[in-house]
Amino acid sequence: MKPVFTVTKGMLPVSTSYCPGCTHGVAHRIIMETLDEMGLLGKTLGVAPIGCSVVAHQFMNVDMCEAAHGRAPAVASGIRRVHPEKVVFTYQGDGDLASIGMGEIVHAAARGEKFSTFFINNGIYGMTGGQMAPTTLIGQRSTTCVDGRTREQAGMPLKICELLATLDGPVYIERVALNSPAHIRAAKKAVRKAFEYQLSGKGFTFVEMLSICPTNWGLTPAKAMDWLEENMMAYYPLGVYKDLGKEAE
Amino acid sequence: MSEKVLMKGNEAFAEAVIRGGVRFYFGYPITPQSEIPEFMSRELPKRGGRFLQAESELGAINMAYGCGAAGGCGFISSSSPGIALMQEGMSFLCGAEVPVTLLNVSRGGPGIGSIQPGQADYNQVTRGGGNGDYRIPVFAPASIQEAVDILYEAPAIADKYRNPVMVLADGLMGQMMEPVVLPEPKEALTSATIPAAKPWAISGSEKGERSVVKSLRLQPEVLEAHVEHLYEKYAEMEQELERVECEGLEDAEVVFVAFGTMARLAREAMELLEAQGIKAGLIRPISLWPYPYSAFDKLSGKTKAVISVELSMGQMLQDIKLGVRGRVPVKLIHRVGGMLPTSLEVVEKTKKILEEVR
Repeated sequence: MKPVFTVTKGMLPVSTSYCPGCTHGVAHRIIMETLDEMGLLGKTLGVAPIGCSVVAHQFMNVDMCEAAHGRAPAVASGIRRVHPEKVVFTYQGDGDLASIGMGEIVHAAARGEKFSTFFINNGIYGMTGGQMAPTTLIGQRSTTCVDGRTREQAGMPLKICELLATLDGPVYIERVALNSPAHIRAAKKAVRKAFEYQLSGKGFTFVEMLSICPTNWGLTPAKAMDWLEENMMAYYPLGVYKDLGKEAE
Repeated sequence: MSEKVLMKGNEAFAEAVIRGGVRFYFGYPITPQSEIPEFMSRELPKRGGRFLQAESELGAINMAYGCGAAGGCGFISSSSPGIALMQEGMSFLCGAEVPVTLLNVSRGGPGIGSIQPGQADYNQVTRGGGNGDYRIPVFAPASIQEAVDILYEAPAIADKYRNPVMVLADGLMGQMMEPVVLPEPKEALTSATIPAAKPWAISGSEKGERSVVKSLRLQPEVLEAHVEHLYEKYAEMEQELERVECEGLEDAEVVFVAFGTMARLAREAMELLEAQGIKAGLIRPISLWPYPYSAFDKLSGKTKAVISVELSMGQMLQDIKLGVRGRVPVKLIHRVGGMLPTSLEVVEKTKKILEEVR
């Protein structure tokens, strides 16, 4: 009988520790499946952030290290200097990348570091229990803005793809979503493009993945998927923000 | 053996670590050590290495962590406030057991303080400002030659223990020129030789086994076992890395304790005192951690006082008192803020202290 589906070798055969309905599992899988399909698992070095996915190295079947909160792009820059021939990526959440690690990501992007960053934006701090993130939407509730985020009190949410696209360093920036099969297929294509550009030495590549956190949003996974579609995608439009590789072709 | 060359401290330090196997430098400009990133940016690319100017000291230490985690032989230098910013990273490097060589060309504090020489980083470097149970060996050379010799050896010590190693020099050492003999260059690791030399490092699982470099250990019993393991290493370091130089302790009426440039000043004061009929000795800790407490067991019955000569408000006194264990009074002669005592000033203050304790 011909197998119609095989589990990627990119994921270790263990259960993840993520909450039911969390999209970290989806993000992990499309990144690891892509590396597997490209034959790169043995040549890839990943950097896990601080946040729920600090334990990504327990699930992703590649060489990995942890980074201090926000510092993954600096860590990856150091790794890249030692191993110029390998594939390097960082996997970071919104608190890690867009708040405490804003300096590191902006400078790594501006330097045109030859690694890929996968940015998981679920608009909330997951691991610490649902506090306001730099990407929490106006009106969205969190444990540090229980009546909803206001502009007056906390300012406006950060649009990272748009911000990084103002820099000349990155070659590819795209925002995708993980809330439907069609969006996930598109996300996987973006992951592949990021790795392909990295392999051809084009420069810094960045894929933001709009994600859900049913636990801290207080929604069922299905309702959270809808909430993402209605609210997050309105403020964080999907699309390609920069593609210099394509322009060069 | 190479010939003697006249070199500025900061440039000699940089040359020494390259000869010791360093191929990666990460740093951020800060006085009084900016000649080091300048030198590295010129020299490393010529010798198969890479230089990267970081966006901050936070960036620099984390780049060095990534480099070390990937098996690279990395070096970072900074000065006091920059070292303070790196403390998070030092804790992380120790927890994750990642080697790196650090150089602190220290200046005055607190805060921005000044850019003049200081030794008020003693507590920062020997106690550490990062979180958790960890230790970093710290060496405080007193001449550029000694700094060169220690910096040449430091990458191998860091690799042996998979732990950061720090060299503490003050601004005086960084800026002055002295003749030095440079050691023969060691062979450096490359991306091709790293997987075999450092199988624990992340270099791609195609090497045979998957590597994970981490400091997070959520299960209490696992973290406890890890910290106990780290402290077994630190106990070994205490046995193997303690370094001290003692002079004239047998018949000394007074014994100076000083490290770095202040040890040179204390030596001058010893000669001046001897001319006045006062025998002075010197304990010069070369390793500040592990601290050479046992050197104080060599104090003779003739010694009436032990005096710390420091460019700080007496940060080393605590360690000296742990070594002296109440046998004789422990006093302090110090200047701060970038002010330096003269040897005559040390002599006069020593005589006053002797009058008090006699």
